[in-house]
Amino acid sequence: MFDKYNPLKKKQLRLINPQGTLVNKNEFTEDADSILEEGLKRMLFARTVDLKAVSFQRQGRMYTYPPNLGQEAIAAAAGLVMREEDWLVPAYRELGAWMAKGATLDELFLYWSGFEDGGAFKNASNMMPVSVPIASQLLHATGIGFALKYKKEPGAVFVFCGDGGTSEGDFHEALNFAGVWKVPVVFVVQNNGYAISCPVSRQTAAESIAVKSVAYGIHGIQIDGNDLAACYQAMKTARDFAEKEQQAVLIEAITYRSGAHTTSDDPGRYRTKEEEEQRKKEDPISRIRKFLLKNDRWSEEEEKTMVEQFGKQVDVAFQKVESAPPYPLEDVFRYQFAEMPETLNRQMAAYQRFSNWKEAQA
Amino acid sequence: MKVMNLVQAINNAMDIKLNEDPSMVVYGEDAGLEGGVFRVTEGLQEKYGEGRVFDSPLAESAIAGTAVGMAAAGLNPVIEMQFSGFVLPAMNQIISHVARIRNRTRGKLTSAVTIRMPYGGGIRALEHHSESLEAIFAHIPGLRVVIPSTPYDAKGLLISAIESEDPVIFMEPKRIYRAIKQEVPEKRFTIPLDTAKVVQPGEDITVIAYGAMIRECQKAVMLARKEGISVELIDLRSIFPIDRGTIATSVKKTGRVLAVTESAATCGVASELVTIATEEAFLNLEAPPRRLAGFDTVMPLPKGENFYMHEPARIFYEIRQLMDF
Repeated sequence: MFDKYNPLKKKQLRLINPQGTLVNKNEFTEDADSILEEGLKRMLFARTVDLKAVSFQRQGRMYTYPPNLGQEAIAAAAGLVMREEDWLVPAYRELGAWMAKGATLDELFLYWSGFEDGGAFKNASNMMPVSVPIASQLLHATGIGFALKYKKEPGAVFVFCGDGGTSEGDFHEALNFAGVWKVPVVFVVQNNGYAISCPVSRQTAAESIAVKSVAYGIHGIQIDGNDLAACYQAMKTARDFAEKEQQAVLIEAITYRSGAHTTSDDPGRYRTKEEEEQRKKEDPISRIRKFLLKNDRWSEEEEKTMVEQFGKQVDVAFQKVESAPPYPLEDVFRYQFAEMPETLNRQMAAYQRFSNWKEAQA
Repeated sequence: MKVMNLVQAINNAMDIKLNEDPSMVVYGEDAGLEGGVFRVTEGLQEKYGEGRVFDSPLAESAIAGTAVGMAAAGLNPVIEMQFSGFVLPAMNQIISHVARIRNRTRGKLTSAVTIRMPYGGGIRALEHHSESLEAIFAHIPGLRVVIPSTPYDAKGLLISAIESEDPVIFMEPKRIYRAIKQEVPEKRFTIPLDTAKVVQPGEDITVIAYGAMIRECQKAVMLARKEGISVELIDLRSIFPIDRGTIATSVKKTGRVLAVTESAATCGVASELVTIATEEAFLNLEAPPRRLAGFDTVMPLPKGENFYMHEPARIFYEIRQLMDF
C-alpha cells in the first residue's frame, strides 16, 4: 500500500465514494468490510455526544468545546484499529478514539465542564491527556514509541494533530526523531481544511502534508478522511507495519471541519455557506450509511431507535455531571506534587482563612 | 474623543501607527482576515492590505523569530501571540534573540519588536488560555513588559511600544477587553513606558496592582472606604522597568503596602514590589509588606478558577489584615 500510495505519486486512498459506492476493490479487504456496521454505530454515537455537547454549551451549561462534526470517521477508525497495548496521544478533536480507549462520557463532560477530574481518563489504558497546545503532543508520541521499543513491548502509538499543527516546529522534530530512531508511531494529521480561520494553503506550500514524510525517511499516505473504510484500511496497515518494522508512518486524512473551531468561533467570518454546503456532501456518516443500505446491511428505522438511545445515554451522563459536587479547594493543590510542599499548604490555609472570614461576614 | 473599550483602543493604536509608519507590519495566527480571535486586529487587513497585516502559519517560534529578522533589516513588526499560554514555543526566540540583539551588537542592531498577547484568567477558558506569565518576561534582561488596565492607557502605551527602540512585551488583560469603556482621544498620543499611575489617592495603605486586577482592587477600595480605610491604589502599568519613585512616595506616606497579582506568588512581580517598598520605605513601614498573588499551582480549569482569581472581598480581607497588624 505504501509504495502504491507514495505521496510523491499524488494519489489518495479512497475505497467508498460520497455516493456510497465501492470504488477501489483492490484495497478493500474483508477485514475493512467487516467493521463498517460497528464503525457507523460508533460514528453515530460520537456525533450524538458531539452535537449534544455543542447544544449544552449553547445553553450555558458547559464551557468552550471543539466540535468533531464531519470528522468522525478518522477517530472511529483509529478506535477500531487500536489494540489494548497501543497508545493514544490525543490532540483535542478525536472524540471517538478517546471513547474507544476507555474515556467515559462522564469524564468527557466533566472535562469540558471545567473539572480536571474529567481529563484524567482513569480507566483508559495507555492514553495521554487532551493536549491543547498545538503539536507538542507529537513529540510525546515519539518518546512513547521509543519506550515501547526500548522495553521490547508490543504495540504502536497513535497520535493526532491538525493541518495547522504541521506548521509548528514540534511536528517536524517529532517526525524527524521518529524517522531517525525508527519507532512504532502512526502520526495522524486530520487535515480538516482550517486552522481556526486559516485555510491549509496558509500553512504549507507543499503539494500535500503526506509528502512531508518523504523528507523524514518514513512512509506516508494521503487518505480520504471521510471514508471510514479507507481510514480503517490505512490505519490498520500503518499500525501493523509500525509495530512489525518498528518504523513510523504519517497519515494525512483529508476531511472537513463542518462545525466551528470551537464554540467561541464563527466560521461565517472566513468561509462561505456555499463551501460548507458543498463539503457537507462528503459527510462520513451518510456515505457509509448509503453503502450499507445499498447492500441491505443497515436499517434506518433501527438507526433512529439507536440514536434515540444514544441521546438518552448522553443526557443521563450529562445530568450526572451537572449534579457533580462542587470543585473542592484541595483539588487546586493536591495533585501538583507527589507530596505537597509547605508553601502550597500555606497558600491553601490562607485561602481557607479568608473563606471562613467571608462566610462569617455573610 | 471617542468612547472605546480596550480592544478598540488597541486596534486604534495599531491603525494610527500603520498609517504613519510604512515599515510597520502586523501578523500572527488568525490576525489577518479574521482580525484575531478577539478581533483586536479587525479591519486592519482590509485597510492596509495583506502585505502588511496578515495571517502567519501556525508557529509561535517562527512568528517571533521572523520578527527578529525583519526588525534587524529595518521593518517594525508588531506580532500577536494568540494567547499568552501559547507563547512558550517562542520563548527561545524571545529570550535568546529578541532580548539580546541590541546588547550583542553593541547597539548596532535592535530587535524593537512589539509582541502583543492577551493574558490572564477569569473568562472560564480552556486549559492554557488563562495564564499570567509577566514575571517570566520581566525576569529576562532586555525586555520591556507593559500591561494596561484602561483603554486610554492601552492606546498610549501601545503607541509608545511600537515607537520604542526596545522590544516590548505588551500583555492585554483579556478579561476586561470589552468590560471597560472610556473616552479616548482619536489622535496619536503616547504614555511613557516606565511610569506607574496613582489611580486613587489615599492615606492609610498602598495597594499596587495592574491589568485586570485594577478593577477588582477598585471594588476592594470601595469596601475599605465603607470601613473608613483610605486606600491609595497604584496601577503599575510597566512591569519592567518598575517605577520605583511612585511606589516609594506612596509607601512613605501610607506605611502599608499590598501587592496584588494574578500570577503565581513565588519569584513573582508582587515579590519584587514588596522588595522595592521595603528598600525604599523601610523606616516608614507600619506593617510587614504583604503579597496577594496567585497560588503556586497550575491555573485551574473553570470550575476551580474562583479559588485562583482574587475577588474584591479577598483583596479587602488582605487590606484589613494589614490595617489590623
